[in-house]
Amino acid sequence: MFDPPAKLALGLFTGVLFGILLQKGRAAKFHVILGQFLLRDWTVVKIMGTAVAVGAIGVYLLAGLGLASLHIKPFLIGGVILGGALFGCGMAILGYCPGTSVAACGEGSRDAMVGVVGMLAGALAYVALYPGLQPIMESLGDWGEITLPDLFAGTSPWFWIAILVGAGTLLLLINTVKASGPRPANSGIHKEPADVNDSRNSADGRNRRAFVPDR
Amino acid sequence: MTTNPLTTKSWSPYVVGAAIGVLSWFAFATADKPLGITTAFENTAALIEKAAIPNHEQINTYYEVKAQEGKSPTIDWEWMLVLGVFIGAFLSATLSGDRGSASVPALWRWRFGGSAVKRCVAAFLGGSLLMLGARLAQGCTSGHGISGALQLAVSSWVFVVVIFVVATAVAFMLYGKEGGQHV
Repeated sequence: MFDPPAKLALGLFTGVLFGILLQKGRAAKFHVILGQFLLRDWTVVKIMGTAVAVGAIGVYLLAGLGLASLHIKPFLIGGVILGGALFGCGMAILGYCPGTSVAACGEGSRDAMVGVVGMLAGALAYVALYPGLQPIMESLGDWGEITLPDLFAGTSPWFWIAILVGAGTLLLLINTVKASGPRPANSGIHKEPADVNDSRNSADGRNRRAFVPDR
Repeated sequence: MTTNPLTTKSWSPYVVGAAIGVLSWFAFATADKPLGITTAFENTAALIEKAAIPNHEQINTYYEVKAQEGKSPTIDWEWMLVLGVFIGAFLSATLSGDRGSASVPALWRWRFGGSAVKRCVAAFLGGSLLMLGARLAQGCTSGHGISGALQLAVSSWVFVVVIFVVATAVAFMLYGKEGGQHV
């Protein structure tokens, strides 16, 4: 019923780092998540996009060197589409996603704590109703553990990673140029939450440019 | 740097994103696991139901299917990851003086009023829907949105597109165009 203690400790350590990052990224805040879906605050897309581009490089390198194996989730078409639709509704109502609602609990948000209890209720319902849900998930077909390079046969994973990194860098550059314009961008290190909509402090632009070469 | 990064309230989203990317290398290399949150909730639910309902394992095919996949519910690395996220966010918010105890966010208050009960009912329902969806799709914003997308999984890219389209539509239905001025 339990993993070995060393593996549990490793999970805890990784989680603490993940929690700090989600909190510092302001991703555990209702107004940041809803700001994304109301297309006003692009913090969530910036975090996820950078994480995916940076993560892809390292994970495919590790896998190529035989130091890690990929864990692709199967494309059960009914499950992914219905699940994604329910998830999207739930996330817009709750204002946090599973990881960020746990982080928001750490931050003290009471509504996120209730949301986590709701999440446990959702999980209880899933397990209890599993015999009925399984055929729905497998409806419309199961494409197995398929990746984009598998789907577009003959393409290298590095082709897709190059697109990700290229698109990310381009958006970053456009955003850096636009940051000096009238519409504020929400990034950079801020001392006060009120600074969220103030991109005209010099630290903002400086930090952002400073990280371009890293990508 | 003159200030301790842990005591600043926020970091650039690009720095945070890149660090999460590196953290996922670490998770793959050290634990052979992608970062993910909701499987731990499913395992917890499965363990609770197994303990609370007699013969549940015989009645519900869930346990047999998972045993065949070698994924019988346990308190595992991912369970501790979730606990760690709570502790990490608690530390980060405490060190930077960013902890609060609000139950009604400002945008919600503007649209639906200041009732904590109303907000909590919605949060409970939203959380339930969210988790049911995550388990149907076998992943969440972490498991699919970050870990799956970075592995170039087709399931994850489809999931991300569906959640962004649906959540954007629902957010505009709930708050309308003026909502954006209140975030």
